[in-house]
Amino acid sequence: MSDLNAQPGSPDKEPASEDQAARTALGNTERAEAATTPGESGPRPTLGRLFLENLWAANTFTVTLLSLVLAMIVGAILMIISDREVLATYSYITARPSDALNASWTLVSEAYANLFKGSIFDPAATNADAALSPISETLTYTAPLVFTGLSVALAFRGGLFNIGAQGQATMGVILAALAGFLLPLPPGLHLLVAVLAGALGGAIWGFIPGILKARTGAHEVINTIMLNYIAVYFLTWLIVQNGVQDPNRTDAISRAVDSSAQFPRVFGEPLRAHTGIVLAVLATWAVAWLLNRSTVGFELRAVGANPDAARTAGMSVTRTYVLIMVIAGALAGLGGSQMVLGTTAAALTPLVVAQIGFDGILVALLGRVKPWGVALAALLFGALQAGGNRMQSYSGISLELVTVLQALIVIFIAAPALVKAIFQLRAARAARLQTSLAKGW
Amino acid sequence: MEPGEIHALLGENGAGKSTLMNVLYGLYQPDEGEILIDGKPLKLRGPSDAIAAGIGMVHQHFMLVPVFTVTENIMLGAEQVRGGIAGFLDRRRARREVAEVSERYNLQVDPDAVIEDLPVGVQQRVEIVKALTRDVDLLILDEPTAVLTPQETEELLAVMRSLKAAGKSIVFITHKLGEVKAIADRITVIRRGKTVGTASPEASRDELAALMVGRTVRLTVDKTPATPGQPVLEVSGLVVDDDRQVRAVDGVDLTVRAGEVLGVAGVQGNGQTELIESIMGLRPVLAGTVALDGQRIDGWSTKKVLRAGVGYVPEDRSVDGLVKEFTVAENLVLDIYDRPPFGRGLSLRPDEIDRSAAERIEQFDVRTSSADAPVGTLSGGNQQKVIVARELSRPLKLFIAAQPTRGVDVGSIEFIHSRVIHERDIGTAVLVVSSELDEVIGLADRIAVMYRGRIIGVVGPDTPREEIGLLMAGIIPDAPGGSPDDGTAPTATTDPDVAATTDADVASDAGTPATTARNVTATTDGVVSADRPGSEDEKDR
Repeated sequence: MSDLNAQPGSPDKEPASEDQAARTALGNTERAEAATTPGESGPRPTLGRLFLENLWAANTFTVTLLSLVLAMIVGAILMIISDREVLATYSYITARPSDALNASWTLVSEAYANLFKGSIFDPAATNADAALSPISETLTYTAPLVFTGLSVALAFRGGLFNIGAQGQATMGVILAALAGFLLPLPPGLHLLVAVLAGALGGAIWGFIPGILKARTGAHEVINTIMLNYIAVYFLTWLIVQNGVQDPNRTDAISRAVDSSAQFPRVFGEPLRAHTGIVLAVLATWAVAWLLNRSTVGFELRAVGANPDAARTAGMSVTRTYVLIMVIAGALAGLGGSQMVLGTTAAALTPLVVAQIGFDGILVALLGRVKPWGVALAALLFGALQAGGNRMQSYSGISLELVTVLQALIVIFIAAPALVKAIFQLRAARAARLQTSLAKGW
Repeated sequence: MEPGEIHALLGENGAGKSTLMNVLYGLYQPDEGEILIDGKPLKLRGPSDAIAAGIGMVHQHFMLVPVFTVTENIMLGAEQVRGGIAGFLDRRRARREVAEVSERYNLQVDPDAVIEDLPVGVQQRVEIVKALTRDVDLLILDEPTAVLTPQETEELLAVMRSLKAAGKSIVFITHKLGEVKAIADRITVIRRGKTVGTASPEASRDELAALMVGRTVRLTVDKTPATPGQPVLEVSGLVVDDDRQVRAVDGVDLTVRAGEVLGVAGVQGNGQTELIESIMGLRPVLAGTVALDGQRIDGWSTKKVLRAGVGYVPEDRSVDGLVKEFTVAENLVLDIYDRPPFGRGLSLRPDEIDRSAAERIEQFDVRTSSADAPVGTLSGGNQQKVIVARELSRPLKLFIAAQPTRGVDVGSIEFIHSRVIHERDIGTAVLVVSSELDEVIGLADRIAVMYRGRIIGVVGPDTPREEIGLLMAGIIPDAPGGSPDDGTAPTATTDPDVAATTDADVASDAGTPATTARNVTATTDGVVSADRPGSEDEKDR
């Protein structure tokens, strides 16, 4: 819970660090001048100059990009180490270094090329479907991550650490699936009801830690983790119950969701991208509006940044905590509902939600807990997943490497000082980054 | 610095005094320049280097472990061990050392007392002993008097004199001019990180203040006599606990009338904070009533109290007053963001917020690079002006200001005081709580002194400082007149108020067992009965 900006000594010496001041000065040059001297044009730096000045500074974008580069370098090393044949060439590296270097280069470049081809564009594609396929795959993986990422980010902005997106997504997928195969409704309405059921499931699972936090002060981190377990085992139990389990199967799989409750596809068959991604963009916009342009968001951010001041200003901190967790839960529930109403699966299995809740935490941090940043981060993670599938089947690189890459990216981003030191970046905003991610504990 | 010199470092808040001293103590590294000790340049990599070089520091906020004894606290970080490798703590030797140092400089510190049981003034002496046991020649005191009563301040000054006599040098950081004049041999004034002048203690207060802020400032508050109207805030028999469930406010009766300033004086931690917070609905009222314009508001939510026309400047702006990450504009609507014109339904209206922010920044002279700057980048004084601007820009019935100028530079103090008086003059009831006696005396039309959760006296602003100081220390002067109220009532601006609100105190000053009992039990009934003569008094007039 500590504010890393705090300085020893008296509290009234404000931690008006240089970088904050500089950032303000830079960021507000335009508006400030417009407000004070509309006609007169002062010595205002041009946009291009600002861009250059910030390019090599430790700003958000540069650090993120360099973290990606660093993660890929470490990933390359891991690929080389884990490949027996390539590793063998290193045993005689002093005699014939070109062998080792060539083998390594071939392995790594092919793997990353497949990562690219699987997620963005395959130059060898011969028809429209094949050309769109990588993007379609990327979007399919992206959509649920946007929701869980937004869930974690929103809670984070309100000062809560929602580790429970996984459990909320699980409850979301359960209710969405139940609504999907139990309710006989016309197409369209059926989908709407199923989606709302998913949101409701997540909202309920968010409400519990929210009310516990507000009423008893129980820490939301502990409670959301515990609720994750409960949700997962509830799902495992539910699948094999009569009326839920697929009558034609003996293993743990539920009946399939009616086609009337499934998201329509964006590019049509056989491409998997579904309109859940449209919903994800809408949700991103809605969360951005909620945070920055609504009274609720104002309360939420105030409570998140300084609950004491929020209370003194007459806001109800406890009410806000509950509200945050309900909204965050609903978002995660929406993400969960996509796992069964979309194209990845149509029936409940014990692992139907995969890791979207936990990945949502990484996506939120990578996206700097800003809605559009989260959407971009989810896109990156979606691309890594889609590309990872191809990397596995074409280059024989284990899919788990993608998980390692994702983790490495986030680690580097969480330690901007490290990236800064490696690349000798000018100190600009790194300190600020560090605090924004370290807060909440 | 010469040996045996008391050197005062004077400067506005944020002028760089503490930063300079933190560099001296090795907490920060200098970017340029060097420190010379006995003519030799010194490179300090941390506080341990500083201690080794003979520099000790007493921080504004004490670095003591509350549950440890004095001796244990002093051993901390410099533990002496015996028994070789086994490394037993040598408490006995440390204890002897503490006793000896305390004796030598007449500090009167009991080595076995537990810190949390000690009054603030003694805790501070423990810090001084801690520094002295480490053989320092130069002692840095960072705003040492901020938390002390006038009497404790006197004692501290005496300690400083005896240290000086023993050849120790002292750097005394403060922004209180009176103390500087009383003790310093030499005064260095710092402004915006630069030394702007060295003065001798003979310089007048006005000269020093002008040097500090760079222009002439008015130190006294100009105001006309108050014209009090109807009672706005009536508190009776209020009982409130603090965060540790310890009784903090124990049967307080107060009345603030429209168009007057009631100042609450007292050493910090005597229940002032809890009193204000309970009025604001931030803390539960256990017994007694709070009424605004005759309507009971105890039990109301903070939002409802604010909406009812109460403006509130909390005592700790960093914690309760501002959201540092928010922009100036956002902080200016922190408690009215959902009211028209700033909020309509669910949506905020940023245009309105920006427009009103621009207006208020202008009106309240907030120095900021823009309305979109995070408020944390502003200086303390300007942050405080943001809060004052926020609270004073809507029509108020009651304005409560707790420590309105703590940690604020002289220029801003002047401005904030003038706004407070302005608010009084347009007919708002004003309640000012401050541990700065000068501030209370300057602003208030009546002064209530709070001690251990009770109002132990209500006096006029012309009461001698010493008398108020004694009240703050819990000593009711038993002058031949009987009670301080007898002596001061005629000097108070408004007799009826004094009489009306201090009846209970007058009674208790007389020392009757009955009233003492009332104070101890602090039941609502007792308060009501004690209050009754007051209200009758009012009707008579």
